[in-house]
Amino acid sequence: MSFMDHLPILVVIIPLLTAPLCVLLNRPILAWFVSILSALISFFIAIQLVFQVNELGTISYWLGGWEPPWGIEYRIDLLAAYVLLIVTAIASLVMLFAKKSVEKEIPENRIAYFYAAFMLAFAGLLGIVATGDAFNVFVFLEISSLSSYALISMGKDRRALNASFTYLIMGTIGATFILIGIGSLYMMTGTLNMADLAARLPEVADTRTVRAGFAFLTVGVGLKLALFPLHLWLPNAYAYAPSVVTAFLAATATKVAVYLLIRIILGVFTLDFSLQLMPLDTLLVTLGLIGIISASLVAVYQGDIKRMFAYSSVAQIGYMVLGIGLATTTGLTASILHLFNHALMKGALFIALGAIAFRIGSTSIKDFSGLGKRMPWTMAAIVAGGLSLIGIPPTVGFISKWYLVLAALELELWPIALLILVGSILAVIYIWRLVEAAYFGKPNPYQYVQEAPLSMLLPLWILVIANFYFGIQTDFSIGLASSAASELSGVGR
Amino acid sequence: MIELWPAIPLFIAAIMASVTRGSLRAIIMLAAPLISAYAIFQLEPGDVFSVELMGLQLTPVRIDALSILFGYLFNLAALIGVIYALHVKDPMQDLAALAYAGSAVGAVLAGDLLTLFVYWELLALTSVFLIFARRTERAYKAGMRYLLIQISSGLLLLSGAIFYSSAGNGLSFNYIGLESSGGWLIFIAFGIKAAFPLLHGWLTDAYPEATPTGTVFLASFTTKVAIYALARGFPGTDLLIIIGVIMACFPIFYAVIENDLRKVLAYSLINQLGYMVVGIGIGTELALNGTTAHAFSHVLYKGLLMMSMGAVLHVTGEIRGSELGGLYKKMPKTTLLCIIGAASISAFPLFSGFISKAMVVSAAIQEGHTLVWLALLFAAAGVFHHAGIKIPFFAFFAHDSKHIETAHEPPGNMILAMGIAAAFCVGIGSFPGLLYAMLPFATDYSAYDVSHVLAQMQLLAFSALAFAWLKLANIYPPELKSVNLDTEWFYRHLFPQSVKKLLDRLIPVDQAIKKFSFDIFAFSQQVLARHHGSYGILARSWPTGSMVLWVAVLLGLSLLLYYF
Repeated sequence: MSFMDHLPILVVIIPLLTAPLCVLLNRPILAWFVSILSALISFFIAIQLVFQVNELGTISYWLGGWEPPWGIEYRIDLLAAYVLLIVTAIASLVMLFAKKSVEKEIPENRIAYFYAAFMLAFAGLLGIVATGDAFNVFVFLEISSLSSYALISMGKDRRALNASFTYLIMGTIGATFILIGIGSLYMMTGTLNMADLAARLPEVADTRTVRAGFAFLTVGVGLKLALFPLHLWLPNAYAYAPSVVTAFLAATATKVAVYLLIRIILGVFTLDFSLQLMPLDTLLVTLGLIGIISASLVAVYQGDIKRMFAYSSVAQIGYMVLGIGLATTTGLTASILHLFNHALMKGALFIALGAIAFRIGSTSIKDFSGLGKRMPWTMAAIVAGGLSLIGIPPTVGFISKWYLVLAALELELWPIALLILVGSILAVIYIWRLVEAAYFGKPNPYQYVQEAPLSMLLPLWILVIANFYFGIQTDFSIGLASSAASELSGVGR
Repeated sequence: MIELWPAIPLFIAAIMASVTRGSLRAIIMLAAPLISAYAIFQLEPGDVFSVELMGLQLTPVRIDALSILFGYLFNLAALIGVIYALHVKDPMQDLAALAYAGSAVGAVLAGDLLTLFVYWELLALTSVFLIFARRTERAYKAGMRYLLIQISSGLLLLSGAIFYSSAGNGLSFNYIGLESSGGWLIFIAFGIKAAFPLLHGWLTDAYPEATPTGTVFLASFTTKVAIYALARGFPGTDLLIIIGVIMACFPIFYAVIENDLRKVLAYSLINQLGYMVVGIGIGTELALNGTTAHAFSHVLYKGLLMMSMGAVLHVTGEIRGSELGGLYKKMPKTTLLCIIGAASISAFPLFSGFISKAMVVSAAIQEGHTLVWLALLFAAAGVFHHAGIKIPFFAFFAHDSKHIETAHEPPGNMILAMGIAAAFCVGIGSFPGLLYAMLPFATDYSAYDVSHVLAQMQLLAFSALAFAWLKLANIYPPELKSVNLDTEWFYRHLFPQSVKKLLDRLIPVDQAIKKFSFDIFAFSQQVLARHHGSYGILARSWPTGSMVLWVAVLLGLSLLLYYF
């Protein structure tokens, strides 16, 4: 076996091993350096994996050479490669931004630990995506969750502790539910390998155990992805976490959870079982729609911009869940597209907020007054990200909403299409509040504010440009998303 | 010659003009419409530029007789507007005005609905800054209301386009019609921008609040883009005839009792749009030619009137008719130019309004719409009254106002811009063949020969109605100088009072409706705030226990659903 054959495990192992390295080095600058290095290496591996999967099809990697279903299998299909690419790309950009922001927000003696926890969370997320083993999913889920709790609790605001604690409780319940779900599937089929599970489940699909397992799995994953009304932990966790953590988690963690949901309901169970036999589609569509409208409305009233975008994230998750719930290839394409696109826009927005927090130490709307003149590049990035969030062409946000509306119209579900547009209008309102404050408000004359440093503007604008680039040059993202979607729904049929 | 999208030079110039100063800025701003017009000149009817985006076939530029004429018209209007605004040193307005012109040119050349939508929203986003640029609280609020309505129009257009194309019609922008639901959505979207009755509020609300120079741009583009879009998408739709007639008639009453002279012009703008909408509704070649020709001459004379009022506002800082008067002593050139505009809008022979309005009116007769014809005649008399007489009379004649002391002619560039527009008004009116040759359909129509009798009749109706109502022997513009207090009484008392009596009946109803909808709005906002506000139920930081309760509820629900 050549080096290239080991890529599926290397993408996870490298950040995992970087974590103890950070602790051992115990110097802020060194810890940052190895972290960004490992993020970049993972990113290049992920690119390589996308090429490999595109050329050769799904990669199946046997851990330690043990043949599945006995050994642990890592399975990289098109969707997995795609999500790995998103997560590693965002991690690399966030790491670039992290150096200054972390120096400002984290006490110096904890910085090395911070990077260690960050790398663990990163590795955990990658592991969830890469693995083809149900129990392994749980293990990586716990790795990423436990480290996220630690990361969130490092926020400067003391409410961060409370937010982290709440997230700990909710996350643990979610993880437990997932474990219970996996356990009951194991009980009925005797296997933990996802592909094997998929092959064996249809025989026992009619048992209560499997159905209960399915319920526990969906609710557990729903908790992790902050599905309405299980989203209540998310706003505080995002609002009070350090800027770097918010940017990273908002752009990746929920995406991985959505990936997990798709994997479970379409990969392990089948489309017929999950969305036709079980009424999960109705549940997802209903909760998704309520989430879109309700969370957007809350966002309109928020005074803290970080919290506002956190609620907007809940709404955006609603769009993704809605796409899955529509249970068509177009709907799934829209969801997968939005997974990618939302990572781009929220990554940009939260990095910009981080830059603002770095300069003025607050993200309250009151302090945005007149920022358009003081921090023109950062504010322009927020406006651009906001346009994408609203879904104005030629941004990526438009592409995914377009597909979502198409999917709804294909099924002749006009009211849904209408509600999607209402969601966009609400986004206009809450973005406009920001624009109004920043460009029409009077700057505070007693406060001296500078533009954010280049190391923050660089990742920020790379993401902003990506928002527009992938909004115009859509072959790559739509091609990947639609073939991943047809691959997945093809499995079900 | 390199092929160039005609809208691009305007956008590039918009950005360049906003960062340059002095004569360089002036050259850039003046050159932009010329280059854009040249780019249109380079193209032949039938030319299209296509691109493929997201698997959709888009046509950002499509050239035919209709779009060419509007393209030239908008560039001409932009050029006049730019000259008029040369003395203003406000980068925000330069940027907004040129980008706005670019959006208008782009919109009329758009060959598919998606491109149209993009320019449609750009029109809104760029033009609103011409209102904000007044930099008053009132203007800001009016601008926000304007923006809200314009953006909604765009969203309607987008949703209409999605419905329309998903019904298998494709995205290309040709005849749409009202057969499909998508068609209706698009129709309403166009209707908002075309200031259909009840949807017109934004126009009279926002246009008078813009800067003196900004209103000139505003009056030229947005509504005319909508007229173009209607002419392309819905020619021959009978509903449009009714809508057009209402549009032509109802603003007259408002215009008469309005004191803000720019608002008077805004109402008369709607009235003129009514003629065009009627023309589209009739839908014959003559009618569509009439609509196009009327749009062309309308942009010029309405621009001229707006410019002359802008000049008054610029010089005196006052635009209320009751506070102005007697300015002809200090502003003779502006007065003369304003009267040319007034004569054009009133459709005096040898002025541009005559040769274009006559086409629409003849088309109405040809198709046997006698009632429509009568209504249009009534509207024409009304226009003559409020735009032809009231505007110049109150601003330049009437009683001497306190502004006479300080008044003077506006800057040379303003005079020049008005002069160009006035030259076009007279030129087109005297040599209509030049304009007729450019119309979308070949025509041998002659306002002065074939419909000679008709024109006479129209004028007779003018005289008779105006005579009866004005209690005046002569109504021709030269007579205006001798207008005595009788007419003043008429303006101040008779008409307002009779209209007022009608309005007094209507106002309580109107207010009740308004109050009801405000109450509903306020109530729903309260409910929203209670649930979604900062400390609302849905926005609160919840205790962990309640969160877990929700988990339990959802789990229970799922189990229940999955078991049964």
